[in-house]
Amino acid sequence: MPRLTVDEMKKMREASKKEMSLREGDFRGKLIVHLGTCGIAAGAREIMDTFLDEFDKRAVTDIMFTSTGCAGLCSYEPMITVEIGNSPPVKYGKLTPEKAIKILDQHIIGGHLVKEFAIGMGSERVG
Amino acid sequence: MAKKKRIELMVCAGTGCVAGGAFQIMDELKKVLKKQGLHDEVSVVATGCNGFCGQGPLMVVLPDNIFYGWLTLDEIPHLVEEHFLKGRPVKKLMFKPPEEETPLPLLSDIPFFKKQMLVVLRNKGIINPEKISEYIARDGYIALEKVLFSMKPEEVVEEIVKSGLRGRGGAGFPTGRKWKLTRQQERTPKYLIANCDEGDPGAYMDRSVLESDPNSVIEGMTVAAYGIGSSQGFIYVRTEYPLAIQRMKTAISQAREHGLLGEDILRSGFDFDIEIREGSGAFVCGEESSLIRSIEGNIPEPRQRPPFPAESGLWGFPTLINNVETLANVPSIIARGAEWFSSIGTENSKGTKIFSLVGKINNTGLIEVPMGITLREVIYDIGGGIPGGKEFKAVQTGGPSGGCIPATMLDSPIDYESLTEAGSMMGSGGMIVMDEDTCVVDVSKFFIQFTNDESCGKCVSCREGSDALLEVLTRISAGNGREGDIEFLEELGQTVKDASMCGLGQTLPNPVLSTLRYFRDEYEAHIKEKRCPALVCKNLIQYYIDPDRCVGCLKCFKTCPVEAITGELKYVHIIDQEKCTKCGQCLEVCPPKVGAVKKVTGNEIAELEQLSKIVLCAERRKM
Repeated sequence: MPRLTVDEMKKMREASKKEMSLREGDFRGKLIVHLGTCGIAAGAREIMDTFLDEFDKRAVTDIMFTSTGCAGLCSYEPMITVEIGNSPPVKYGKLTPEKAIKILDQHIIGGHLVKEFAIGMGSERVG
Repeated sequence: MAKKKRIELMVCAGTGCVAGGAFQIMDELKKVLKKQGLHDEVSVVATGCNGFCGQGPLMVVLPDNIFYGWLTLDEIPHLVEEHFLKGRPVKKLMFKPPEEETPLPLLSDIPFFKKQMLVVLRNKGIINPEKISEYIARDGYIALEKVLFSMKPEEVVEEIVKSGLRGRGGAGFPTGRKWKLTRQQERTPKYLIANCDEGDPGAYMDRSVLESDPNSVIEGMTVAAYGIGSSQGFIYVRTEYPLAIQRMKTAISQAREHGLLGEDILRSGFDFDIEIREGSGAFVCGEESSLIRSIEGNIPEPRQRPPFPAESGLWGFPTLINNVETLANVPSIIARGAEWFSSIGTENSKGTKIFSLVGKINNTGLIEVPMGITLREVIYDIGGGIPGGKEFKAVQTGGPSGGCIPATMLDSPIDYESLTEAGSMMGSGGMIVMDEDTCVVDVSKFFIQFTNDESCGKCVSCREGSDALLEVLTRISAGNGREGDIEFLEELGQTVKDASMCGLGQTLPNPVLSTLRYFRDEYEAHIKEKRCPALVCKNLIQYYIDPDRCVGCLKCFKTCPVEAITGELKYVHIIDQEKCTKCGQCLEVCPPKVGAVKKVTGNEIAELEQLSKIVLCAERRKM
């Protein structure tokens, strides 16, 4: 490793920051893939891989990408939940990689709900 | 193309967790992740001390911020499958507050972390301490760049003066004033020493700083060196800290490779390099003049000051010597400004302080809190209170140089002045919590034993004084205390304080003097009534079996290692006090619902003695 100049150190900082973006905890929204047994059987892993690749391509670092178990609506799997800012969480179901990309561009990046794939908004009441 | 990472597992690899098997846990995690085909998406990162040592080995799952503690190798396959493959966090491994049912999944919800404020430890658990790039990513070396290219050395010193930063190693001397004094010296070379000779029992703040973020110390030292005009620094660290030394060595060599240490740092023309000097763990080496002599290769004995090291230190040259934690504060102060730093804390104590919270406390660990926080907040909110519903008795701060602070002072703020007023001191930040089962005479004896062992022997007052204090304390705890002992301890303690040359002697009577101040009645009970109220001092207690409660189950009979218990099935057991070694095992095995074995002291001994004689006669009559 050559000795750094100030500019080179800056470049190194930016590159490592990108590498470590998962650790910063500064997210504008959350994307949850439902990875229950039903989800996985219906192809949720493929959906997740699609998101991972497309996040990388579009350099999306401000969305927390995470997973959870079955949401209870197994016939609609694969499903995701999208939470942007303070708006209520939106569930999308029966996804394919193509639908996933559309949701990514229109809703997650663009901020507009993709009505045709959405199952519902909000979440169950916790009793 | 490799898949993008979606999860990072920040596994604590501080000394505590490593001792608990953190490295094996990491290997197992990697193995199972590979097996599940998740190794590209989920990465395993070794971090420095997370702080919640009582829960180790532990890890934090990012970005979700889920905290898992008490990990075992057997749990790993299940954890990987459930959480990382199927997305279901595992409740069983989450933190459960004492006496509560529901676990708290998120690190940010756990009270232990909530009230903390991280300045020095801002990177703990977030970076891999063995990768300089990760330190740089967290705005590391920005302060160094700032001073080298936009500040004059005197401006750097002035900034530290303005920040109000005070030494974190013990006495709390204003850091800026030390820097200024060293800067003003005309003689060269000037040296810079980072003091990491952390010797207080139960304290491990400095070790954690080196282990979790070594580059912050390197950067702080380089900024200081630029300010005072030094080109050679030393880190004095004890050999007993192998992990800290190894991480520091790695950090130094990476900093050199990247041109952040050595000649022409960041092509600015400024030269500075650091060497590690390992000490062999003599407590007195934490004292600056002894430490300097140790680096020089001499027997570590303190010398009379003035002249202070700033004027005549290492090999007689001007030397700045600062504690590791003090130096690790420097990058943030420079990067964010003195004004920001001085907005944290109290009027005379600025910034944050790291404490190691140990002893009779639910959440054992390492914490960083703003100055001015109350002891109550630290012990009850962060520490989670005393285990087993016991009463809080006192907290010992400042190690062997500090004192005990009683429950009545729980609401006093933690800052340099308040702790000194209370008869203790900030010290380096050890905090030992004691509950009602702790005997203050015993605690004082422990600390005086420690300082008596560690006294270098140069001053008569410290060498002989600690001997005499120990003798009297041993006598009191053995039940041979005499009228006048308390007054003697007070007078001698004060004399040792007044007549000793270095900090070790000047502070060693503090544990005795502070406990005499707050718990005089306990000393009196030991001396006058031959009673140890906390039931600790072996010579003053006896174990007895209550004949009304004993069901004759033979448990204690079988357990007693010296066969001091006589009895038969369904007959009352009796302890032969002549044979009893007071190991207490009978008390431990006696079933709680029976509760026949009792620990007694003072008058109760005579009363029970009488009673058991009667029982003995009755038993014999039966046979």
